[in-house]
Amino acid sequence: MFDLERWQEIFDTIRKNKLRTFLTGLSVASGIFILVILLGFGQGMRNGIEHEFEQDASTSVWVWPGVTSKEYKGLNPGRRIQLVNENYTKASTIFNDDIEYGSARIFVRGVSVNYGKEALIYGVQGVASDFQFIENAKMMEGRFINYQDEASNGKVAIIGNKIKKDVFGDVDTPIGEFIDISGIPFKVIGVYKEMEDREEERIYIPITTAQRTFNGGNRVNNLSFTLPPAENFDKAVAQAVDFKNGLREYLQQTHTIAPDDTGAIEVWSAMEEAKRYYGLTNNIKLFFWFVGVCTIIAGVVGVSNIMMIVVKERTREIGIRKALGAKPWSIIAMILHEAIFVTAISGFGGLIFSMALLELVGPNIEVDYIMNPSVNFNVAFSTVIVLIVAGTLAGFVPAYRAAKVKVIESLRDE
Amino acid sequence: MIEIKDLHKSYKMGSNVLHVLKGINFKVEEGELVAIMGSSGSGKSTLLNILGMLDGADSGEYTLDGVPIKNLSETKAAQYRNKFLGFIFQSFNLINYKSALENVALPLYYQKVPRKERQEKAMKYLERVGLKPWADHLPSELSGGQKQRVAIARAMAAEPKVLLADEPTGALDSTTSYEVMDLIQKINDDGNTILVVTHEEDIAHMCKRIVHLKDGIIVEDKKIEQVRAEQYV
Repeated sequence: MFDLERWQEIFDTIRKNKLRTFLTGLSVASGIFILVILLGFGQGMRNGIEHEFEQDASTSVWVWPGVTSKEYKGLNPGRRIQLVNENYTKASTIFNDDIEYGSARIFVRGVSVNYGKEALIYGVQGVASDFQFIENAKMMEGRFINYQDEASNGKVAIIGNKIKKDVFGDVDTPIGEFIDISGIPFKVIGVYKEMEDREEERIYIPITTAQRTFNGGNRVNNLSFTLPPAENFDKAVAQAVDFKNGLREYLQQTHTIAPDDTGAIEVWSAMEEAKRYYGLTNNIKLFFWFVGVCTIIAGVVGVSNIMMIVVKERTREIGIRKALGAKPWSIIAMILHEAIFVTAISGFGGLIFSMALLELVGPNIEVDYIMNPSVNFNVAFSTVIVLIVAGTLAGFVPAYRAAKVKVIESLRDE
Repeated sequence: MIEIKDLHKSYKMGSNVLHVLKGINFKVEEGELVAIMGSSGSGKSTLLNILGMLDGADSGEYTLDGVPIKNLSETKAAQYRNKFLGFIFQSFNLINYKSALENVALPLYYQKVPRKERQEKAMKYLERVGLKPWADHLPSELSGGQKQRVAIARAMAAEPKVLLADEPTGALDSTTSYEVMDLIQKINDDGNTILVVTHEEDIAHMCKRIVHLKDGIIVEDKKIEQVRAEQYV
């Protein structure tokens, strides 16, 4: 390896056989290139899906009541389950340690909403102050509902950015404006932003106000919670599942629902859903790996093919060299040295080129479910090493055979 | 320099055994210029291959410069070839992507001579065969006679004990043949031992001794009056 004379000999050979060297290098470089790009996009899909799930807090758990479908303790099926304030407060107390944020929510129905003379057709929802974190709503202006608003039944409203654009286009800021909900004026105190327009078409008011002012009594429509962040993804999923099951059990007992009647109380956890998608992306990643490894195998086959042709082409030269006193081992060393050198240079060339491409183009890719494709450098690096080693092994056989050929046979005129 | 005793060699051709050399006894002193003659199939090329350690004999003794040549490993044979022998082939056998100078320097590479010294030495031998101005030319840019002169310079560069020439003029016209023979004679004049395999009478008569092979045995071995090639050039 460190024989300077042999390096010079090899550089001579490479310099004078540019096309051959180029073609060998190209097949290696393109193999690496394809692998890195594939792996990069596998990662990109993962990133993209993670991003999609950032819409709501990723640890959020939602409870939706439904209709019972099973007879239980003398109660008929077909009962509609109605959640009440006590369910929320009790759940909060029981699972106090597990919950980060929590909020009950009520959909205010049968009300008309007006701004001046304009009738607004947006949904009104009563929520608690923590709901901002559960929904992952970002405040653009003003503030969200706070505890004070809840305690004092404040007549305040938070609107989505889309409502601001659609309705409050004429004024500088909607903050301080009043909207009428069934004749009662509510002061706009904040504007929030969401990932999707659909989720910006809501007017939030304090849940206490919603219940007292619009005959809600103590009814709530759904419950939502977020769990504190866990050490890793698997723990977070386990924690979400535990919490989900515990919560459902509690609600089923309170409302006298059969334990296996899943439709009556639906508990949905973003984490579990995310896990399903993660499973999918893992499969996609596996598939990309498979394709990538096949590409590398094709690359290795290509390299050994070229090596075989190179050796065949150089049979006569090898014969001459042997007649001039080259030892068999020096012939093998010469061919392998050249092969390793070419594969290494082009392999790393392909690696650098593809990584640079991902680095430059990656952040600009804006397609659903693909975001910032990138690749682990160590993985790509070891792939290049594997290719070099495999190429060397593949080149060894023809080189060894070439070195064994009798001089008179290789010099025989064809 | 070379001593051969009762050398036998046969080839298997399918089920037939072809007995090519049937007991050759033969001695070459230092400084001789020997022509080995014979029609095709007489075994002259086989003899040269055995002398050149490119092929092994079935039985018999071969001593080169006092060293017995027997049961050599590939590596040992390569070493001996590099140290003792220089080859000149009918089809020149130059490496086509290397310049004349690099071709001449190649045996020195296998002697582990440093690059600079290698090139100086190679240039010296190119100059000796009159091709110094063509040092950077590829073989494809040279004429047949020039190619053979490069090959001779290459054979000389390793400073071998014996030069083995296999039909060195076989691919050349007669004028060029005489030029090459002139060169070989001059190298011989400097004291080098040279064996020339040929089937051309006039080329053989430019040597100092003619060995006639027929059907695998030596039928005639005579010293002759050398015809100088110079006069035809």
